[in-house]
Amino acid sequence: MAKKTVKAAFVAAVLGFAGSASAQTPTMPFEVHGNFQLDAQYYLKDSLIGAPEVPESILSNGFGNIVVSRDKFSAGIRYESYLNPMLGFDSRYKGSGITYRYATYTADELEVTLGNFYDQFGSGLIFRSYEERNLGIDNAMDGLRVKYNPHPGVYLKGVIGEQRFFFDKGPGIVRGVDGEVSLSEAIQSWAEHKTRITIGASAVSKYQKAEDPIYKIPNNVLAWSARTTINRGGWRVYGEYALKSNDPSLENASIAFPSGIYKNGYGAYFNTTYTKKGLGVSVSAKHIDNMSFRSDRSATGNVLSINYLPALTKQQTYRLATLYPYASQAKGEAAFQTELFYNFKKGSALGGTNGTYVSINYSKSANLDTTGTNNGLGYSTNVTDTWSNLFTDFAASRYFEEVSFEIQKKVNKDLKVILNYIYTVYDQNLTGEGKDTVTAHTAIAEFQYKINKTHSIRTELQHLYTLSDRGNWALGLVEYSVSPSWFFAFFDEYNYGNEDADKRIHFWNASMGYTRGANRVAVAYGKQRQGLLCVGGVCRNVPASNGFSIAITSSF
Amino acid sequence: MKKLLTALTLVVAAFSAQAQSVPDVKIKNMEGATVSTNTIANDGKPMIISFWATWCKPCIKELETINEVYADWREQTGVKLVIVSIDDARTTSSVAPFLNAKGWEYESYLDVNSDFRRAMNVNMVPHTFLLNGKREVLDQHTSFAPGDEDKLFEKVKAAAGK
Repeated sequence: MAKKTVKAAFVAAVLGFAGSASAQTPTMPFEVHGNFQLDAQYYLKDSLIGAPEVPESILSNGFGNIVVSRDKFSAGIRYESYLNPMLGFDSRYKGSGITYRYATYTADELEVTLGNFYDQFGSGLIFRSYEERNLGIDNAMDGLRVKYNPHPGVYLKGVIGEQRFFFDKGPGIVRGVDGEVSLSEAIQSWAEHKTRITIGASAVSKYQKAEDPIYKIPNNVLAWSARTTINRGGWRVYGEYALKSNDPSLENASIAFPSGIYKNGYGAYFNTTYTKKGLGVSVSAKHIDNMSFRSDRSATGNVLSINYLPALTKQQTYRLATLYPYASQAKGEAAFQTELFYNFKKGSALGGTNGTYVSINYSKSANLDTTGTNNGLGYSTNVTDTWSNLFTDFAASRYFEEVSFEIQKKVNKDLKVILNYIYTVYDQNLTGEGKDTVTAHTAIAEFQYKINKTHSIRTELQHLYTLSDRGNWALGLVEYSVSPSWFFAFFDEYNYGNEDADKRIHFWNASMGYTRGANRVAVAYGKQRQGLLCVGGVCRNVPASNGFSIAITSSF
Repeated sequence: MKKLLTALTLVVAAFSAQAQSVPDVKIKNMEGATVSTNTIANDGKPMIISFWATWCKPCIKELETINEVYADWREQTGVKLVIVSIDDARTTSSVAPFLNAKGWEYESYLDVNSDFRRAMNVNMVPHTFLLNGKREVLDQHTSFAPGDEDKLFEKVKAAAGK
């Protein structure tokens, strides 16, 4: 009851403010905008593909945001409804209600936010609250945030709050401060320097009362980090280094250490890019040890994370190329990624009349070197890793390795061809799906053809070859679109290489959609294979399903 | 709860007729400097703001398609296309290398924390806004199919009074 009263008072205050303010200055009323999304599916039981019977038959996820703003003030709410949550989403989402409400104002160099907010420090190694609605991830903070800009190029930030846990909040309190200084903006004499340097530092502390009857668990856990960005000409170098005090938790627990381990955490992330017209190169490395950081030490999965550890792998978008995706391992990981983008100019030998675009990606993620340890944890507990171990860790094992190669070629003004080859090695132990390491070769050809001013057709042919797991797959897709509103698509994902002849299934899907302005409605019917759906390096397991689905999105 | 929603609906109905302006949010430019979205302007001429990501294929198709006619568009109407990447910490480092390889000349920004995206109520990308010279939103569109660029340009011309 108390919560509802608070919500009502909050909205009443916002609305009251809106009314009075617009009454005083009718020429500048408040602006009200928002958006809406609904996904619903009618499920059919399909024991062959493993689609379970859904007692409700229909499941749906929906939300709507309303934002009221004027000048330096804005306030908003989001109403969410999961009746009941769609398959693949955590069942704890069940229910409806206002899950997000905030008010924020800016007064000169100060910005204050009350209520919910999303934010991150640096690349997020010690703090990132964010939402990924399609994955069911939302660790929004609920509390206070102050941003202060005392001097040009100097940005200070302070946050305090609890994190969202479905329709509730987590048990811990998160407090953090962050400072960033852009030296070329802050120091006048540096303004003309060719080298531009930005430095930053942050600290985040988590409080959760410890109630372990045997072990003395720390109530407060502190993490801190430092970072720098250096830009010069086409070069950019970014580095971030983080440390975390010991934080025994369910995630670093084992049979030998049932309450978790008392070891400090460490994380380092490095990226350098070089660009010039027609060329781009990016090299990244990441090394983390015991960096799971949550506002509930008993939480696992995609909930109550305080920090974010980006996966250093290419975000694949073609369907078969996402069959074996990788997610960061917060326990410990050494990872490396390099990407090259190049455009062969028009008129050059390889560029032809329209130019040729190529991109190459290499990425590898490895477990930490566990030589000499036998603690049931699968990684070193003795010493906290440091930069110096990066290369031995990197060489010691392999969670994931991928090489991909892409060519895009505009053949003439109406036809474009995109070719991909991807070599993937994936350790299935990571997701508990299976025991073998899968080696897969995937080849993809896409053709985009413009028929006339408004009609176009796009086709994809994909093939995945592997001797392990479920064997070979083939996929064919045809998409026909009529600008500006209609699309029709059909694809068939066929597991023809499955050893079990009964499981050589056609996962086919037919869909169509209508778009007008910012409103879009799409309907689909078909079978979906079980698999991981990944966005931004975090994944959610999507179970097999068969049925009819509808998706509506809208903004105003 | 019902009363609350009814009250909100009424407020929405009362105010939704007016033009949307660009909210003031802090994002980063390609040099990594913090900039206010209030400073994004085009000297009283129309402007397009397009939200995209390196992993969004329709977004890339849209920007690639417009790139081929962009010089014409600029010459005829003075329109400027501003692109805002919603790539997060995982892929944001690829934005500059990707853009340089593509050779696109768009004014480009990074919205790593999706602050601008939320302020503009963007559900999914691509999402493109057309603004008039007063920086008011005239039109918005989500998704992209070849041919959409011609319709967009008709609206740009109308906005530019051509």
